[in-house]
Amino acid sequence: MEEALFFVAAIGALAGAAGVVALRNAFYGVLALIVHLFSLAALFLLLNSAFVAAAQVVVYAGAVMVLYVFVVAYVGDAAEPAWEPIPGQRLLAPLLALALFVELSVAVLSSSLLALGGEGPDVEPGFGDPAAIGTLLLEKFLLPFEASSLLLLLAAVGAVVLAAHRRREEGGRAAAPAGERGEVAAR
Amino acid sequence: MSMEWYVVLSALLFTTGAAGILVRRSPLVILLCLELMLNAGNLALIAFSRMVGNQEGQVFALVVMVVAACEVVIGLGLIVALFRRRLPLDVDELRELRG
Amino acid sequence: MSATAWAWLVLLFPLAGSIAIGLGFRVLSERAAGALGTLAIFASFACAIGALAQLLGEPEEARHHASALWDYASGAGLKIELGIYVDPLSVFMALVVSGVSALIHLYSFGYMRSDAGYRRFFAYLNFFVFSMLLLVLAGNFVLLIIGWAFVGFASYALISFWYRRATATAAGMKAFVINVLGDVGLVLAAILLFRELGAFDFGTVFARAPEQFATDEWTIVAICLLLLVGAFAKSAQVPLHTWLPDAMEGPTPVSSLIHAATMVTAGVYLIARTHVLFELAPTAADIAAFVGLATLLIAGTIALAVTDLKRVIAYSTMSQIGYMVMGVAIGAYSAGLFHLMTHAFFKALLFMAAGSIIAAMANEQNIDRMSGFGRAMRFTAAGMLAGSLALAAFPGTSGFFSKDEILAFATERGGMYLVFTVLGYFGALLTAIYTFRLIFRVLPGKPCPEADELMRTGHVAHGEPRNPANGEPEDTDVGFPGPEHHIAEQTPSMRVAMGVLAVLAIVGGLIQIPGAWHLLGDFLAPVFADSHFAHVHPSAGAEWVGLAVGAAISLLGIWAARVLYVSRPELPGRLIERFGALHRFLVNKWYFDEAIDLLVVRPALAVGRFADRVFERFVVGGLVGGAEGTVRGAGGVVRAVQNGFVRSYALLLVIGFAGLALYFLLSGS
Repeated sequence: MEEALFFVAAIGALAGAAGVVALRNAFYGVLALIVHLFSLAALFLLLNSAFVAAAQVVVYAGAVMVLYVFVVAYVGDAAEPAWEPIPGQRLLAPLLALALFVELSVAVLSSSLLALGGEGPDVEPGFGDPAAIGTLLLEKFLLPFEASSLLLLLAAVGAVVLAAHRRREEGGRAAAPAGERGEVAAR
Repeated sequence: MSMEWYVVLSALLFTTGAAGILVRRSPLVILLCLELMLNAGNLALIAFSRMVGNQEGQVFALVVMVVAACEVVIGLGLIVALFRRRLPLDVDELRELRG
Repeated sequence: MSATAWAWLVLLFPLAGSIAIGLGFRVLSERAAGALGTLAIFASFACAIGALAQLLGEPEEARHHASALWDYASGAGLKIELGIYVDPLSVFMALVVSGVSALIHLYSFGYMRSDAGYRRFFAYLNFFVFSMLLLVLAGNFVLLIIGWAFVGFASYALISFWYRRATATAAGMKAFVINVLGDVGLVLAAILLFRELGAFDFGTVFARAPEQFATDEWTIVAICLLLLVGAFAKSAQVPLHTWLPDAMEGPTPVSSLIHAATMVTAGVYLIARTHVLFELAPTAADIAAFVGLATLLIAGTIALAVTDLKRVIAYSTMSQIGYMVMGVAIGAYSAGLFHLMTHAFFKALLFMAAGSIIAAMANEQNIDRMSGFGRAMRFTAAGMLAGSLALAAFPGTSGFFSKDEILAFATERGGMYLVFTVLGYFGALLTAIYTFRLIFRVLPGKPCPEADELMRTGHVAHGEPRNPANGEPEDTDVGFPGPEHHIAEQTPSMRVAMGVLAVLAIVGGLIQIPGAWHLLGDFLAPVFADSHFAHVHPSAGAEWVGLAVGAAISLLGIWAARVLYVSRPELPGRLIERFGALHRFLVNKWYFDEAIDLLVVRPALAVGRFADRVFERFVVGGLVGGAEGTVRGAGGVVRAVQNGFVRSYALLLVIGFAGLALYFLLSGS
């Protein structure tokens, strides 16, 4: 049973990844990534990480992807030109990725970390529960918790600064994007 | 399933993301591929956490998710800024930083 | 005061004079600069007399002192000092040099007046005297070479004194280049000596040399030949003589001082000083003697044909130095040095007289255009006659005694050396003929226009200023001769100098009358006591026979000149017609200049052109350009990495990461 679920989720994840890399249309790529994220959430559940799986769905697939959708709608879609200006890139990239995968697999499979070969120790039922995660966050990992919240603040401020209207340069264009967004919403 | 499967799957997803970054030209898609790589890392972390038997790996994965979110926000902000200035959304066109 | 202290003072005064005039030329008036320069040399002469007196007060064996002021380098087997060596030879040379130089400074005080470079002249002249004194007083080879090089420089500076004349600067460069050739020989000789004997200072070298070298061993012969290269370049012996006639481009006092009395005698001094080495290498000594003989004859024949007044006297200098070189090479050291002294007197006098005549001729130097000065300029004529009599070895004059002593010594040595005697007398005949050719051309006869003007009006003739060599018009500003011409009759300083020299030229030989006394020979004897020839003395009878033969030849030559130029003046013209080719050969100075041009100058220029066109362009340009190209290419390759494409940077990153992973995998397993 577990194996079947694993394979289904794995295939979903791989399909999503392949879709992101291969699909020309950026919007379709975003959708492929959402599929990928859901598959990963399933995998997390298989690994007894309930809370992280939920966070994955709510935060990642829910919020971050929505952000992506908005930006794709705003920016639109330009077709990527076929001609490759960097010589050898199209040839070397898959080759190197393959090489990297092989190396990593070799490292993992022939590792002297024998626990990798097993299924992991038996865990108590509360493993991966929000309570357990919360306790850890507020006790052992308080500092990283606070630091990451600071990071989020910084990111928010940075995003506002980056995307803010510059009155002098783009006063005239303030109407147009609103118009575009309105069109998308109407569709 | 033994842990090896999960880690090898993570490696495969990671390298797929890497290949995507190298091949695609739209900054948006590159960011998506970046997400792929981050999530692959997350998968590995969760697998190891299960292998070891404590939840520290899961906390780590949560923080990674936070960082990924921040980075997405900034990246998309950049893309919006580029679009606003009518610059081509193509990383090959944006190459003034060179020797 | 000790002799060495006097000797240091001898060196100090000309140096101080040169520096003072050189630095203060703006504040010193012309008279002050001239007086300062002249007095400096007189002071130096006085100090040389002091050294002489000091030396005479000592016993003969003790008359050699070395004194050092400063250590240049000592240790590691090297010992070079700023040291002088005071012995009869160096004091004798210092006396001759400073004495004649003092008189020439006095002459220049009047002669060079109105020249825009008057002060510069005296600064250079003082520097020259300092260098020459440094050369003769030097106590080791290093200081000798320093003095040698300074003298070469001073000669260059003074020959090209009128530096805006192209002919003068060319002559200066020619003299300097040939002198440098001699310098190279001298330096190589010094280095070889150091390598063999381990010392530079004279005392050590001359003491160790007989122990180290067998007679005629090739090292010592090589050393002596290199010394001869230096000596011949400085003393204008064949084949390094071509600079001397051209050096007449300089002002007449310069010709008088440097190219008659002092610098050209440096080679003779060198051979005399290093006589120990030459006696160990008889081959080299014989070569030197033959070169001296050859120069003697060649210069004598050329002097019969050329028509420039100063050049005739220059060739006679070359010829007389040939006698001196011959003399010291065959072992007649004191005879050769005696001739050096008398020659200094009468040759300096001859040049002074020539200067006076040339001034009267408004810088014209061709003797074909001169005549009648016997009546127009009596004092100058008398001086010229005195000098000429001495040069032609007229019986009783100084030149008579000195020249014949050399030839008597050659006879005494016998064997092969009789060649020197016979050809030496032939050379004396030539000397008499060409000397009195000058006298009978310039002095008697119908006065030429300039002489006429001088006699009638008392004014010196003034032509348009021209370069006497090629007739180009000039002006009289800086770098050219001044507007006024000064003759002896009108300038007291010139008269005093010429008068003293005339007296010396006539009676100076009386210090060494054979059979009666040998003052100079006795004075110099301690220096040459270690010579193989110290015992060789011509008997009194042989010497008197030599003197008689010399007198007869001198009178014969004078009579021949009289016939050719006074009694039957059409004879020279007919001789030139009959022997036209020979005459042209002589007038063109035996084509030495052309030969050197062909053998040396053109190949050198060809090498230079080759170096420029081939070596410079391909090898050097290739190396430099190649290096540049390589660097640029490498830079280009490296620059290609920074192409601005984010994706290519990412690619490199992935390549690096994969490489690292591979490395860790391989090193771990």
